[in-house]
Amino acid sequence: MIRYIRWCAYFCVLLLAALQVNLVRIQVWEAAALDANPANKRGAVERYARPRGDILVDGRPVTGSRDSRQLLRYERTYRDGPLYAPVTGFSSQTYGTSFLERAEDDVLAGTAPALAAFPLWHDLARSRPAGGRAVTTVRAGVQSAAYAGLAGKRGAVAALEPATGRILALVSSPSYDPGELSGTGSAVEDAWARLNADPDRPMLNRALRETYPPGSTFKIVTAAAALDAGVVTDVDAPTRTPDPYLLPGTRTPLPNASTGCEDASMAEAVQWSCNTVMARIGVRVGLRGMVEAAERFGFNDSGLRVPAWVSRSNFDTDMSPDQLALSAIGQFNTTATPLQMAMVAAAVANGGEIARPRLVERTTRRDGTQVKGGVRGSLGRAMNPATALRLQELMVKVVDEGTGRNAAVPGAVVGGKTGTAQHGVGNAGIPYAWFIGWARAEDAPVPAVAVAVVVEDAAARRGDISGNGAAAPIARAVMQAALSADRYPAP
Amino acid sequence: MTALTAKVADSAPSPGASHPRRRGAELTLLAGAVLVSVLGHLYAGVATSGRIPEQSARYAAGLAVAALLAHLAVRLFAPYADPLVLPIAVLLNGLGLVLIRRLDLTTPGHAAADAQLLWSGLGVVLFVLVLVVLRDHRVLQRYAYLSVVAALTLMLVPVFFPAVNGAHIWVRFAGLSFQPGEFAKILLAVFFATYLAANRTALALTGRRIRRLRLRLLPGRVLGPILAIWLLSVGVLVLERDLGTSLLFFGLFVIMLFTATGRIGWIAVGLLLAGLGAYAVGTFEPHVHSRVEDWLNPFASIERGQGPGQLAQSLFAFGAGGLLGAGLGHGRSFLIGFAAKSDFILATAGEELGLAGVTAILALYALLVARGFRAGLALRDPFGRLLATGLASIVALQVFVIAGGVTGLIPLTGMAMPFLAQGGSSVVTNWIIVALLVRLSDSARRPGAGPEPDPWARTRTRSTRTRGTRTRTDIRPPEPEATA
Repeated sequence: MIRYIRWCAYFCVLLLAALQVNLVRIQVWEAAALDANPANKRGAVERYARPRGDILVDGRPVTGSRDSRQLLRYERTYRDGPLYAPVTGFSSQTYGTSFLERAEDDVLAGTAPALAAFPLWHDLARSRPAGGRAVTTVRAGVQSAAYAGLAGKRGAVAALEPATGRILALVSSPSYDPGELSGTGSAVEDAWARLNADPDRPMLNRALRETYPPGSTFKIVTAAAALDAGVVTDVDAPTRTPDPYLLPGTRTPLPNASTGCEDASMAEAVQWSCNTVMARIGVRVGLRGMVEAAERFGFNDSGLRVPAWVSRSNFDTDMSPDQLALSAIGQFNTTATPLQMAMVAAAVANGGEIARPRLVERTTRRDGTQVKGGVRGSLGRAMNPATALRLQELMVKVVDEGTGRNAAVPGAVVGGKTGTAQHGVGNAGIPYAWFIGWARAEDAPVPAVAVAVVVEDAAARRGDISGNGAAAPIARAVMQAALSADRYPAP
Repeated sequence: MTALTAKVADSAPSPGASHPRRRGAELTLLAGAVLVSVLGHLYAGVATSGRIPEQSARYAAGLAVAALLAHLAVRLFAPYADPLVLPIAVLLNGLGLVLIRRLDLTTPGHAAADAQLLWSGLGVVLFVLVLVVLRDHRVLQRYAYLSVVAALTLMLVPVFFPAVNGAHIWVRFAGLSFQPGEFAKILLAVFFATYLAANRTALALTGRRIRRLRLRLLPGRVLGPILAIWLLSVGVLVLERDLGTSLLFFGLFVIMLFTATGRIGWIAVGLLLAGLGAYAVGTFEPHVHSRVEDWLNPFASIERGQGPGQLAQSLFAFGAGGLLGAGLGHGRSFLIGFAAKSDFILATAGEELGLAGVTAILALYALLVARGFRAGLALRDPFGRLLATGLASIVALQVFVIAGGVTGLIPLTGMAMPFLAQGGSSVVTNWIIVALLVRLSDSARRPGAGPEPDPWARTRTRSTRTRGTRTRTDIRPPEPEATA
């Protein structure tokens, strides 16, 4: 019987050994797959167990957290949700995150390794650091001015500090309240469905993710390309351009919206926005030169992050001369995001170099100690400094006595360019109104702000007038706010 | 786990160390067990609420008093008992209370820890009572037939009570509910041991031989009653839909029959029959069929869009624990929902203590089972040997059935993890099992008992090989070769 008892003991050992092997399988081998299973709520429960870190504008949180007393405990709240929605994006327990909430998620949620002052301690104590904060470069005054300017219209504003690349305002209109999407349940699902079905697309961040034909504002790029390539050496010399101008290789005449463009100089062409002159200059620069110039300004780059990703602005690399002529005046299939056009203005304002646009000044722990500081980056030189100076003069003329007089700010030097982009098949749609510009306080050495404003469906009959009528006043308000905010810098 | 085999095999005595009582060692281990449990309790409290829980003093005192009482009873009434058995039981019970108390915090309004503490206290009282009343385990043989009648009655009673969660295994009375089937397993073990001990010669040596199959049929006259009772008990359980316990009884029956007769062929036949039965039940009985389906594909409900089932949640919990666990109070095993404190208690251990913690718990069970088998090996009377084997097997099988169920090794059948899981009747029953093991090990190690009747040649050769490294307590009296 002793032998049989031993066998039974061995059998029991076998059973327990099988359990042990299976435990190793689950807890070590398959643990990662089990953790990653979408039905496993642990990640979500853990994620929302503590208040999420805040996003700050001008030193004040524009976000908050609310204890919902449910399984997913803390829900996101937004102060002035629609105003800052293009900056913050949403943080939803149902639909994930977007924009800054997404780009800085690891800091805000407290999972970034850098948040732990003593990483080993958190490992040992099995605690997690509190969610950190993202301090934005946005200035509340500039943002509000842009938002107020776009009220009731569809459009977007992007404003930059040319020297540093700080994004001062990022506005998309109409907007939405991201707080509606924070929690779970049918109310959130209804809001999501309603916002997505809305024909005005309020959740579309037009400043970063929508591309528009830039129209005449693109003439700044063409002018820079011509000056850098030496195609135009004297901006005041007549260009001997007929009006209308026959697109090369076709019998299609290109008209002007304004008069006095026949044989105009490039300075006059920028000032009065002559399509004929600039189209012809673009053709003379050539496809390769135009593509290179556009790409130096940031076109055809799909990798830009601010840190939310930015849609690619397009300048075709394979075009016939007539298509190139249209592209040189921002038509055909040239498209740009408002941020891209703000970068064009900023390049001119900053002496030709483009500072990498960024939305996050720094990230901090909950107590305010810095985790990561925003570093000024450069996207390289878009044009020679001399070219930039020349273009600054031309743009100032646009505002002083040209098509963009509505953008003038008292006490400041303002340069700008209006634009009206063609829209729809055969230009049948109502055009977009554009204004890009920059402003420098008279006593300041460098421009403090560069801005791009686009207003969709501006009711305009005639080309560039609408840029001055619909977009320039908004740009003026934004630049004014930026100049006054500049005197009282944010903490 | 390999340590278990080593310990079972390596049971030769050390020279000169005759019959140590080792009660001091037991007391030290008990203190350690109580300390571990109280620290676990405090840690879980601090981790979940940030402060020391109010009932800490009560909990610590209750556990310490219970452990001390049990120890005194062993010291007075079973002085030669194995010093490991009681501390293991106290540690497992203490850990169970920690886990249940911790889960109580996530289910306000459904506190279970206080009731469990009360039942554990009752268990310890019964432990003491068994030791006081039952001075010689062989007395139990007199009550074999009474046991079997009682066992069948206990199993039949719940049929007349309303089903809870699909199983007729509960008796509700005066606000308390318990599972009589839990007690029945001890009674059946006693009956099987008695009957097989009395008839093992007949079972082993008589019966018609079928040469072609190299099998010897068991004599019907002897096998008949035991088979009938076993069938009856299993039948009742199937009616009650308590399949975990059916599996346990079947395993117990096969193991004890094998121990008594040594006929491996019958084990094969038994397993074959069990396999067929399990297949039939798993295919045709909807309740069981769904369990089998869950086992085959635990994530099927997720794919159907119905969210994770209990087994999937349990697997998530184990996976979340990983190697070292989330820490007591830091897990989310409450997501399992229903039965998190009872059948699925091991998942909480897996999540919060990790693979390391669950391995330790399994090692404790393995050690408890090993000490049971060891008592069986050292005992001299067939009844004692069979009873010890049966009781140790009950613990091992129970652990396997439920731990295998919640980890997806075998289809899930409801059963309590011994000592850990919430459930009064289970805790009380396990305390009685431990009391019987203590009594059996005391008999095995008591000096002045007669010489071992069974030859033990294999152990002797091993003992000479491993003599140099032996440091443990020994069960058996010194053998002539060892002292020479």
